[in-house]
Amino acid sequence: MRFPRLLAIVTLTSLTAVSACSKKNSPNGSDSTVGKHAIPAAQEGKFNVAFVHVGPVGDGGWTYAQDQGRKYLLQQIPEVHTAHVESVAEGAESEQVIRALARKGFNLVVATSFGFMDSTETVAKEFPNTKFIHISGFKKNDTNFGNAFGAMEQMKYLAGMIAGARAAQDGVPRLGYIAPYPIPEVVRLGNALMLGAKQTCPQCTMEIRWMNSWFDPGKEQEAAESMFNAGVQVVLTGADTTGPIVVAGQKKKWAVGYDSNNACDADKAHCLTTPYWNWGVFYVDAVKQMRAGSWKPSSWYGEADSGLLGLIGFEDGATPAPGVPESVIPVVREKLAAMKAGTFTRFDVFAGPIKDNRGKEVLPEGKRLTQEDLEGLPGCKVCMNWLAEGILGQLSPK
Amino acid sequence: MTSRLGLDFFINLVAAGLARGTPILFATLGGIITERSGVMNLGIEGMMLVGAMTAFSTARSTNNALLGVCTGMLAGATLALAYAIVVVHLRADQVVSGLALVFFGSGLSSMLGASLVDQKEATARIPSLSLSVLEDLPILGPVLFKQNLMVWLGLALVACGSWILFKTRWGLVLRAVGEHPAQADSLGISVLTVRTVCVMIGGAMAGLAGASLSLAISPGWVDGMTAGQGWVAVGLVIFARWNPGRALIGAWLFGTLRRLPLDLQGVPSLPVFHNPNIGYFLSMLPYLFVIGAMIVGSRQALRRRLGAPASLGLPWFRGDRG
Repeated sequence: MRFPRLLAIVTLTSLTAVSACSKKNSPNGSDSTVGKHAIPAAQEGKFNVAFVHVGPVGDGGWTYAQDQGRKYLLQQIPEVHTAHVESVAEGAESEQVIRALARKGFNLVVATSFGFMDSTETVAKEFPNTKFIHISGFKKNDTNFGNAFGAMEQMKYLAGMIAGARAAQDGVPRLGYIAPYPIPEVVRLGNALMLGAKQTCPQCTMEIRWMNSWFDPGKEQEAAESMFNAGVQVVLTGADTTGPIVVAGQKKKWAVGYDSNNACDADKAHCLTTPYWNWGVFYVDAVKQMRAGSWKPSSWYGEADSGLLGLIGFEDGATPAPGVPESVIPVVREKLAAMKAGTFTRFDVFAGPIKDNRGKEVLPEGKRLTQEDLEGLPGCKVCMNWLAEGILGQLSPK
Repeated sequence: MTSRLGLDFFINLVAAGLARGTPILFATLGGIITERSGVMNLGIEGMMLVGAMTAFSTARSTNNALLGVCTGMLAGATLALAYAIVVVHLRADQVVSGLALVFFGSGLSSMLGASLVDQKEATARIPSLSLSVLEDLPILGPVLFKQNLMVWLGLALVACGSWILFKTRWGLVLRAVGEHPAQADSLGISVLTVRTVCVMIGGAMAGLAGASLSLAISPGWVDGMTAGQGWVAVGLVIFARWNPGRALIGAWLFGTLRRLPLDLQGVPSLPVFHNPNIGYFLSMLPYLFVIGAMIVGSRQALRRRLGAPASLGLPWFRGDRG
């Protein structure tokens, strides 16, 4: 009687212990946890950097690309120790995790999701000696809290050109965009795709499926399937996984991925290209400045010339995917070269005349959007709450 | 703009509902077999994850999808065996042990699956049915004959499961053990063996559910890819009133409700659904449905009336009364 119960307890405890251990990857054990998250420890004598992610590093997309950046940082600067906490919910949980990391003595905490912005700001106030960088937001302070993002709209514009050319060549001028949330970043990138597509396929339209999620593997695939079923020729994803590329393969249509430089491996034959992030170059730069004491909080915004942005198949010496129409390759190469040379910036992507999808002119000929406009920040005049001509959908009730 | 609230819209919706409901159907059927024998297993989510990861990993390295499905089922059954030892033989609390199994399964699949993430090249998959003549049939073609083989396996297992449960001696034994273990024991049936086998079948079915996800319905391995579908299956077992036929309806309804909000966004004549905020509401629908089923199932009196096995969740050993 007593023995079986004891055995049951021992078995259960060991099962739980094994599962707890397998959940985290940090080399150092630690005693503190926040909810289901184990908070890793900092290492004595090193420059300690902690990353807080909204998805798992195994998502193969956004968080994966962030983690590649972490690995690059480790490789470039041996005096650095890194750790990460993954699948952290936006809101209260993220604040607790970020605070716990700061308390553990990390020198720099990087929060990599838009929804971590306010939590990072709050904790940054409490820990003036710790540095904080928030990715994809717009808040900062004067002492220890900065933000960073990049002009992904440049690469999305090029991806739109490629997708448009493909749809035009196939005679089915219909594109589809998998959109995570109706926030300025997602709207901006969708508009950039459409503006690019218009260059090579003036008759193209683009429908939208809102996910209300950054990371939902099943739903992203379903959204792609839903659009292909409705007759769309090329699906361009703005969400985190490579699922839509797999679906394109099943449907014998085309897809454009996002985030990571190996996204097209999901189905090389049906993936046209993928705009991706090289976060490592930014992290190495920031950590070097911090160690030298010269870092100042800023709103860093990397363009194509910084090395932060990439486009699969169009790197130096790379061959575009077989699905990319021959005719568009030189055009894209030329634009990319101009971007790298700094002569075709994000403000050239969003240069007038631009019409929205209700026929209203949002930007007249000769005008350009400002950074505030692009990010929908306070002070914006043409805020990022419009959808470019050709996009089927709306952002809010009429 | 072309179309599109016509017949095609509904055909695609029905077809997608069937396909997306298939993994949940497998898991629900497994849950029904497990619970009919009197054991509750909340760990379906964990077994699904391990099944999905194992199946994908095997199919990758051997380039054989069928072998992948088999190892996925084996992995699910192995976890279930461990669970059966703990709850059937050692009579540990089934709710707590089931939760432990979820955490164990998600941790194990996350750890072992980490190396599969970098590799995204196409892997062997379970193919779709190809009957070129039938595929072109109106309506039935897309709904039934263009589906993945897994969808057909699901339909076959529903029929098979109903037959075994209600028409065979084996099914009678299984149900007797779930209703009145003491009486079954007095008839010379080994209650513990039957329960262990049923828990393992449930685990194999959860493994199959995972394998059908990673090799057919949404091919590839992503950490945490089941995204709560194992929990949905736990709820659907109650919705189905422990009956395989109703499980099919429940799984199909769930799959359809999941897809509906996405498809509605593409209909130009219904601009209200283009509003991203409406999506939040629509995305809740499938889960509201499951919560409803759970509320109904949680009331003891109602549960009896729905036909829950009388000894569900109660450990048994010879010498106990009841």
